[in-house]
Amino acid sequence: MRAIGIVLAGGNSNKMRELSNKRAVAAMPIAGGYRSIDFVLSSMSNSHIQKVAVFTQYNAKSLNEHLNSSKWWDFGRKQGGLYVFTPTTTPKNSYWYRGTADAIAQNLDFLKNSHEPYVVIASGDGIYKLDYSKVLEYHIAKKSDFTVVTADVGGRDDPSRFGVIKTDADGRVTDFEEKPISAESTQVSTGIYIVRRRQLIELIEKAIDEERYDFVKDIVIRYKGVKRIYAYPIDLYWSNISSVESYFRTNMDFLDGKIRNYFFKEYPNVYSKVEDLPPAKYNWGSYVKNSLVSSGCIINGNVEHSVLFKKVYVGNNCSIKNSIILNDVYIGDNTHIENCIVESRDTIRANTNYVGEDGRIKIVIEKNERYAI
Amino acid sequence: MIKKEMIAMLLAGGQGSRLGILTADVAKPAVSFGGKYRIIDFPLSNCINSGVDTVGVLTQYQPLRLNTHIGIGIPWDLDRNVGGVSILPPYEKSTSSEWYTGTANAIFQNMRFMELYNPEYVLILGGDHIYKMDYEVMLDFHKASKADVTLATIPVPVEEANRFGVVITDEHKQIQEFEEKPEHPRSNLASMGIYIFSWSVLREALLKLKDQPSCDFGKHIIPYCHEQGKRIFAYEYNGYWKDVGTLCSYWQANMELIDLIPVFNLYEEFWKIYTKNELVSPQFVAEEAIIDKAIIGEASEIYGEVHNCVIGSGVYIAPGAVVKDSIIMSSASIGQNTVVDRAIIAEKAQVGNNCILGTGEDIPNRVKPDVYSFGLVTIGEDSIVPDNVRIGKNTAISGETVISDYPDGVLASGETLIKAGEKI
Repeated sequence: MRAIGIVLAGGNSNKMRELSNKRAVAAMPIAGGYRSIDFVLSSMSNSHIQKVAVFTQYNAKSLNEHLNSSKWWDFGRKQGGLYVFTPTTTPKNSYWYRGTADAIAQNLDFLKNSHEPYVVIASGDGIYKLDYSKVLEYHIAKKSDFTVVTADVGGRDDPSRFGVIKTDADGRVTDFEEKPISAESTQVSTGIYIVRRRQLIELIEKAIDEERYDFVKDIVIRYKGVKRIYAYPIDLYWSNISSVESYFRTNMDFLDGKIRNYFFKEYPNVYSKVEDLPPAKYNWGSYVKNSLVSSGCIINGNVEHSVLFKKVYVGNNCSIKNSIILNDVYIGDNTHIENCIVESRDTIRANTNYVGEDGRIKIVIEKNERYAI
Repeated sequence: MIKKEMIAMLLAGGQGSRLGILTADVAKPAVSFGGKYRIIDFPLSNCINSGVDTVGVLTQYQPLRLNTHIGIGIPWDLDRNVGGVSILPPYEKSTSSEWYTGTANAIFQNMRFMELYNPEYVLILGGDHIYKMDYEVMLDFHKASKADVTLATIPVPVEEANRFGVVITDEHKQIQEFEEKPEHPRSNLASMGIYIFSWSVLREALLKLKDQPSCDFGKHIIPYCHEQGKRIFAYEYNGYWKDVGTLCSYWQANMELIDLIPVFNLYEEFWKIYTKNELVSPQFVAEEAIIDKAIIGEASEIYGEVHNCVIGSGVYIAPGAVVKDSIIMSSASIGQNTVVDRAIIAEKAQVGNNCILGTGEDIPNRVKPDVYSFGLVTIGEDSIVPDNVRIGKNTAISGETVISDYPDGVLASGETLIKAGEKI
């Protein structure tokens, strides 16, 4: 494909509550075996984008660990590759990334030294599969300056936490409002854009000169009357995980066979780092219903309507209901967990009780000494 | 000049005919084990965990699966700039060309591969056992004993020692005598078929015996070294070591993995076993499913009942199906309301709806009573079993079978149904 990729994965979201203390949103574990960023990286790889830069800044340790090799997504090639750009100080610049446009500006050489005519910009917190070359075809056909991929979140998510978009009959964007107080449309930006590389360089340089640092606000929205901006609606599954509620719901979506089938059985695949864990083990007394279980788990108790990530140990006589247990959690005997997200690497003592009440998801963070398994 | 202290040569060319239709299309080391692994993953993982990063894999019988599985060795970190894994098939030479006629002959034909790495020691491995072993400790023993050849040995119960090649050693573990399957064994130390040779000794022996027909390590090279007065030592290994050469031992070794705390524990962080796996998605356990004792691989979908099973990756068990005491390999599927009792169902096999597998009397298999025994139903790779059939014990099925292959919808105990003519 005649494009390079940029993944904006530096952001934090206070809607993630305590979950973001540990990692950037793009590194959030998804659907048992994956991380959020796997979906955008796999889509780029499957669209034959060969050169991809990931911009990280906020709490990037987990993310950098996950990106320690480019081979999982097949980017480890002579042509192209996976680049991770964290802020660095230089004689000219001593700032952190002051915004998404600034992040691109600080690494503008990456754009300048490429020869591909287009750039795909995407965020690391979207769960979807997308063939970007289809979007590029649309972009070219519409003679668009910016193409923004949009999704309809009607009835599913709160549009006012996104960029809300209105279009005319041709698909041209007539209105684009970032996080409005009240949304007049349920069509929102997915944070995926296609733009011509030279155009992007020009606009970024101009924005920085004017001390404007946000890509969406200061470039896309600011130029919406001047440039031709088109919306490409994604009609298949798309979900953003940047709030605890949507993160929870997105993971639970994978209990639906159709969604699982779409992501994991239908070509092309979603790739992730391989961790060489043994198969999940069910011992005598385990009782598992309507749940996802990942490799390395050992189950002795009850698990219902839940998602167990990798290497979860569930003790005897436990009851886990409507919950998400993140990676490498040890749950002692006789523990009851309901409507919770249990943070990764937790060790939960025997006889503990955690219940998220009144429809609110409880986030459990408990770091005890892990005694013998 | 390249210099590797020790390289490994892994003999993976054997058919393993006692595994019956499981090895109809794949070499024994490529047969799956423990849900997501293949047998060869164990010696390969042992190599990299022991710091042996140069491995020659000698292939001959049905190598396709091995080739695609091993590739350039990425899963085992054996993709190296210098060394790594190399697949070594038999090849044509200007003067002669022959298959690998014996274990030592196969190694002899790859003399130039070994010379390339200029090793001090050569480790000879087989591809048909399940174990975790640190070859570096064995090498330390070899060096400390100033040995020319070291055999890995394992203590076995005296009453079973007559099934093995046993060694008789002095107090320093130097081997005095060998006994092959002795009637009255004088020792319980059995050879595991794992050898460390000092390279000069191996090279000399291989050259000397190059015209020996079907040259074999146990039958020719080791006795030759013994005659020549070489220092041969027995390294005693005391961990888990399991032969999976017969359907019965293969089934048992798999079943041991689902014990509460298995003797062979795959869940330890230390000494990981690596394998090629493309699937990382979780498995799904449906509302109506019942699982009480099992290990299950990635991306499997369980709607039915599973008791005491080893289930691979991407397996589908339909609603109403009941699977007991069985091994279901990757990507196989079991139809609705089908009952499976003590079966080995190979990769990508499809069993239809409303079938009963493993029913009736325990009648020995008519064609190969020594292979298809133990009451097991064995279904080969890619096989298809139609709806509404009953299959007896000690049976084997291979190929795309249809209802007319089953008189009255029954395959009686002890029968064999091989559809594609070449598959035996």
